[in-house]
Amino acid sequence: MDRRTTIKWVLAASAAMPFLKQRVAGVEASSAAPQAQGYGTDPDLTKVYHAADLWPLLLTPAQRRTASALCDVIIPADSVSRSASAAGVVDFLAEWVSAPYPIQVKDRALILDGLSWMNSEATRRFGREFASIKLTQQHLICDDICFEQSAKPAFAQAARFFTRYRDLTAGGYYSSAAGRKDLQYIGNVPLKSFDGPPLALLQKLGLGPEQMQSN
Amino acid sequence: MPFVTSAALDKTYDVIVVGSGAAGGQSAYTLSMEGAKVLMLEAGRKYVPETETPMFQTPDQGPLRGASTPDKRFGFYDATVDGGWDVPGEPYVRATHDAAGRFDWWRARMLGGRTNHWGRISLRNGPYDFKVHSRDGLGFDWPLSYADLAPYYDKVELLVGVYGSNDGLENTPPSSPGCLLPPPTPIVSDRLIAQRARRLGIPVIAGHRAVLTRQLDFRSSPARLHPGNPTAQGIIAADMQRRAACIWATPCGRGCSIRANYQSTTVHLPPALASGNLDIVTDAMVHEITLGKRGLASGVNFIDRTNGKECHAAARVIVLAASSCESVRILLNSKSARFPRGLANSSGKLGRYLMDTVGSSLAGQIPLLESLPPLNEDGASESHVYTPWWLYQEQLAGKLGFARGYHIEFGGGKRMPGLGTLAGIEWLTAGSYGRKFKEDARRYYGSFVSFDGRGEMIPNKGSYCEIDPHVKDKFGIPVLRFHWKWSEHETRQAAHMQNTFKEIIEAMGGRVNGAVETDGAKAIQAGGSIIHEVGGAMMGRKAKTSVTNRWGQTWDVKNVFLTDGSVFASNADKNPTLTIMALAWRAADHILDLMRRKEL
Repeated sequence: MDRRTTIKWVLAASAAMPFLKQRVAGVEASSAAPQAQGYGTDPDLTKVYHAADLWPLLLTPAQRRTASALCDVIIPADSVSRSASAAGVVDFLAEWVSAPYPIQVKDRALILDGLSWMNSEATRRFGREFASIKLTQQHLICDDICFEQSAKPAFAQAARFFTRYRDLTAGGYYSSAAGRKDLQYIGNVPLKSFDGPPLALLQKLGLGPEQMQSN
Repeated sequence: MPFVTSAALDKTYDVIVVGSGAAGGQSAYTLSMEGAKVLMLEAGRKYVPETETPMFQTPDQGPLRGASTPDKRFGFYDATVDGGWDVPGEPYVRATHDAAGRFDWWRARMLGGRTNHWGRISLRNGPYDFKVHSRDGLGFDWPLSYADLAPYYDKVELLVGVYGSNDGLENTPPSSPGCLLPPPTPIVSDRLIAQRARRLGIPVIAGHRAVLTRQLDFRSSPARLHPGNPTAQGIIAADMQRRAACIWATPCGRGCSIRANYQSTTVHLPPALASGNLDIVTDAMVHEITLGKRGLASGVNFIDRTNGKECHAAARVIVLAASSCESVRILLNSKSARFPRGLANSSGKLGRYLMDTVGSSLAGQIPLLESLPPLNEDGASESHVYTPWWLYQEQLAGKLGFARGYHIEFGGGKRMPGLGTLAGIEWLTAGSYGRKFKEDARRYYGSFVSFDGRGEMIPNKGSYCEIDPHVKDKFGIPVLRFHWKWSEHETRQAAHMQNTFKEIIEAMGGRVNGAVETDGAKAIQAGGSIIHEVGGAMMGRKAKTSVTNRWGQTWDVKNVFLTDGSVFASNADKNPTLTIMALAWRAADHILDLMRRKEL
């Protein structure tokens, strides 16, 4: 990024200042990390892997605290199911941002910078780090960055981070046992026969059995 | 001793088969079951689906929730190991950096080859597909007709097990009685697609896939497969009883430890090995066919990857089934004083007329499918139904602006939630988070449908491969350089796909996710990305204009055969695997005939 562009960004987005500073810091942190290897082209597909099995997890305790608070703002516990952090999503996020593959390395910079920004913003507005402010205060920040299309220019970068963070949180959550249960996924079990959708449902949708007469 | 090392080869074999995928598996099966002594050479490692397949693993049990990585391009749990568009140490060259000329070359260095990664979609070419030039003046006719291949389609379906139905649609030929297994019942989204697509005049019929919806007919099929050969009948009858029917769970793309779908390793190789006539050497990277007296092939040279040694194997007949481009590469690298341009290349057509499949996709969200009750929609993994090409008459009347057609594959249903299932839904939720996001997730889960068009590419002079003069792989073998070009027939077809998918989504009362791409050059996926590349050693009627005759036998060297996709003279929208197997069986029958008559 040339100097002119940098200045333009800074002027247009004064609130993003801490974000830009942290971006450099995040890159430095990641490049200082030990060079991890991927799992290679012939990994064991049948064993069960845990977050730290393949590469060291790079999140500091402080980063984990922020990550945990933010993923629970995105997926809190409700009457149906537990929260993202209770479902192990923070471990997944740590695994993700620590992985040596190109997509994850790119996300690492975005996510670590974003977590720092959340703290800077929380401190700027409420005088404490993100994990320590009230839920209503957390929502005030998230409301500004939860939808890229309508985020103010000052929050454009933070909104980009939030979009990705929400996707990863949702990905980690719904690919876990808690998420499968929440969505009432009932497959992945052996069946003697595949009987298809119940007739009552088809009728409700206006889809009689006559919809398929290929035989 | 079926699996042997390079140090334990017989002095000579009847036939060497290079490659172990659909073509190699079928060739070795037919030859060994009928009594020929066969050596199969596979470049990758041995692979045992019964113990290596991740059946029932959930995403949270794998690294990165099973996400795609450069090491595992179709996700962690995809069956392919040591494969992809980039194989470490095995580069290839693109002649241009231009995106429109991009070709990506997929390889699978493992026993079973590409049969470990495919959709199991098993469609027959129709009568038109073999006589394309006669119909529209483009491309090339095949030197055989549908009637020549039909008995072999029947045999392959009986052997591997293909579900489907006979619908009597144009150029979508029926199977003989008893060949097809019953198709699985359609899931909810399939039925809604069928209802609404039909209102647009678009047919939706049962899919055809190589999945056992019930056990194979081990009582009557063996006699149809191996008439007059009770030994072979006994072997295959026993093996058919060892294959379980589908249990309607765990994705086919992971492989199948209970052998309910087709992989070469679970269907072709076990009976072929049981015949006692097949030796297999894995980690054997074949790079050259050697010549003996009278200009005939004497065997192959290969590198034993376990120790780096150069080895030789000898046989009366060489069958190349290494995948279209790898077989071409072996021939081009088999240079001699007699064949300075590479073996079987007197026509200069070797490497020419590569074709892939035209691919374009679109997805949508369907309000009618929101908040459905819990449903187990795993089924047979995919393609309970599909749309065959249906606009033959409009095309004949000149209304479409492109030649040849495409079929449509559908995605939908309450699949096992993964990393991407509820990603990127802010276009529906306006960026919700918190409790609202969880409610949105429940509402939208299972309400998405996707459409993949798979269409015919017409061979052209700008799509070919040759040996790069400089680059070699880690074994020191010269590598391929690819040239690629789409014609307007393909790009217009891709744009047509986009519009069709949009119309179906809207007819379902849904919304398109993202933009409909009306520029065909942007709508079409890069060459090689559908992994249907065929051609490069086209079969034809004349030695001057083709590489092989209608049996896959090279014009120049009569004991060298190609049984993989390299011999295709056209690439119909129908996925090539079933046709590869039918051609391989037919070629193997011919080889057996010639050997019995002492002509080989």
